[in-house]
Amino acid sequence: MTTSKKNTLITLVTLAVVTVVFLICQVGINTGAPWMTSTLKGQLVNICAWIMMAVSLNLVVGISGELSLGHAGFMSVGAFTAIIIASWLKRGKGMDSSWLRFVISAVAAVGISGLLGFLIGIPVLRLRGDYLAIVTLAFGQIISNVIRLLYVTVETDTGALHMALKLGTGTPKLSGKDVIKGAQGAMRMPQDSTFVIGFILVIITLIVVFNLTNSRSGRAIKAIRDNRIAAEAMGLKVTKYKLMAFVTGSALAGLAGALYGLNQSSLQAGFFEYTKSIEVLVYVVLGGIGTVPGSIVSATALTILPEVLRAFSEYRMLIYAVFLILVMILTNNPHTRMFFRSLRTRIFGRTDEEKRRDRL
Amino acid sequence: MSEVKRRSNTRMVPFPSDAIVPERDLGKTPVLEARHLGIQFGGLKAVDDFNLTVGPTEIAGLIGPNGAGKTTVFNLLTKVYEPTSGTVLINGHDTKGLDVAHTCRLGVARTFQNIRLFDKMTVEENIRIGLHNSIEYGMFTGILRLPGYWKKEKQQHEEAMRLLKIFNMQDMADVRSGSLPYGAQRRLEILRALATGPRLLLLDEPAAGMNPKETEDLMETIVRIRDDFQIAVMLIEHDMRLVMGICEGICVLNFGQVIAKGTAEEIQNNPVVIEAYLGKGKGEAK
Repeated sequence: MTTSKKNTLITLVTLAVVTVVFLICQVGINTGAPWMTSTLKGQLVNICAWIMMAVSLNLVVGISGELSLGHAGFMSVGAFTAIIIASWLKRGKGMDSSWLRFVISAVAAVGISGLLGFLIGIPVLRLRGDYLAIVTLAFGQIISNVIRLLYVTVETDTGALHMALKLGTGTPKLSGKDVIKGAQGAMRMPQDSTFVIGFILVIITLIVVFNLTNSRSGRAIKAIRDNRIAAEAMGLKVTKYKLMAFVTGSALAGLAGALYGLNQSSLQAGFFEYTKSIEVLVYVVLGGIGTVPGSIVSATALTILPEVLRAFSEYRMLIYAVFLILVMILTNNPHTRMFFRSLRTRIFGRTDEEKRRDRL
Repeated sequence: MSEVKRRSNTRMVPFPSDAIVPERDLGKTPVLEARHLGIQFGGLKAVDDFNLTVGPTEIAGLIGPNGAGKTTVFNLLTKVYEPTSGTVLINGHDTKGLDVAHTCRLGVARTFQNIRLFDKMTVEENIRIGLHNSIEYGMFTGILRLPGYWKKEKQQHEEAMRLLKIFNMQDMADVRSGSLPYGAQRRLEILRALATGPRLLLLDEPAAGMNPKETEDLMETIVRIRDDFQIAVMLIEHDMRLVMGICEGICVLNFGQVIAKGTAEEIQNNPVVIEAYLGKGKGEAK
């Protein structure tokens, strides 16, 4: 089997598995199955959002090879953009269709977070390794601090939208109803996200990332990751392709933010601090850097796990940490690797590459 | 060691300057002209007053002892370094201020002394990177899989296979390039450079680490590439059998300065070159 065919197969299998799981969950919701607990039901949309975050960060970290620690920053930009637009449409313009509201605010969220990714990417992608990580980390903090100072109101009768930043000590006086109130965050926003929308967005994210990776542009991105000097010597525009990966990643994070933001009853800027970025990075690393299906599995498992462990109250993060360490030990241990390889050989036979190595 | 067959009996003639080019290339715009090229790192003149003209179908050699500045010359020609003095003309275009990628698009492709493949990508993908600028489609065509995507992907695949055929590497198309044996990696680098559609191919020690049989094959392939693609090849090499066997014009560098230029015969009998690099007594160089 050729590599491109294998990649297509992986894509199709992943999409199929995601669809099947979605259908099973839908059936569970509709029939009121006992395993579909109310906690799990409440988490479904969030799981979709975190899958999107993990897959889009995988594009930046795994495919493009740049360590970004500000991914949650783009998510928060997307979330608050979507909240402002959706609240304005609902309370100011009286738009009733939640689908349409969601689509419009999601497009705005993608646009704004993509634009921000572009503006930040230009200076930041000149840096490498640790420096890039530090700058993106700082960016995430700046974003969350700016949003903490943001006041937005909407006038229900005229539909006017007012925005102000709190500079100095006085709180800005804006007329109309509060949408975002500084450090208290957003409240009373329309909860337009549904599990179906979440599923569609996950599929869109997967298709974008898979298709980009297996296209001319994606190969250029991977080539620059593997060997920047050789990529330049082959005539590739390094900055263009680094930006392409970074902007696509941040736009998708913005989309995930829109999904997440419009699923909450209230949301504070502080939620998206660097710890969230690192949490998403944990999903990516645990699922395997550069492996999209792995990101999906680990994002799902690690979103559900803390909820399941709620029974252990204060010990739950301890168990969570032990679990992370165990997974890392198990997946990177030569003995377990050998075990999995022999298992694979027994089932599928030797791969072409192994056969070739034997011949040499 | 067996007697080296001379593969070309080109007569080198003076180009209208102090340079020499193969007779058949006379009157054509040289693919490469380096004039008074030099670079200084701090107080050290790594390359000084380097002049060279390469005809559009010439196989040129650049030889000299270790540390003479041969790879630095390649880095100057491909604009990895911006020269501190002099000019580089590619097909008559001044490359002043251009970057590496732009110079490649002008028609200069290279391989590296220490192999630089995209080692997590397959052999075919490596070559497709070389085809990046000749068979193009945009990001959205790729994401949305528009008809252009399928057409161009097919073109890229066919072209990659055609190139792999040069070294009979078609059945390795799906191997991760990092897991190829050393010789195959060197050959893949040449193919990848060739995929960019160059007019000048720069090979940095293409025969390093190859056995005599492989070197012999490589010599034939380099000549065949030149004949089939009608391009110029310039190579750095320490294997004198290869250099003297296929290079038409040879340039000898020592301590960053050109100490001799000429045909294989002239270089072999040049006392300055024998003194600085070739050595004498064993008669091997002859």
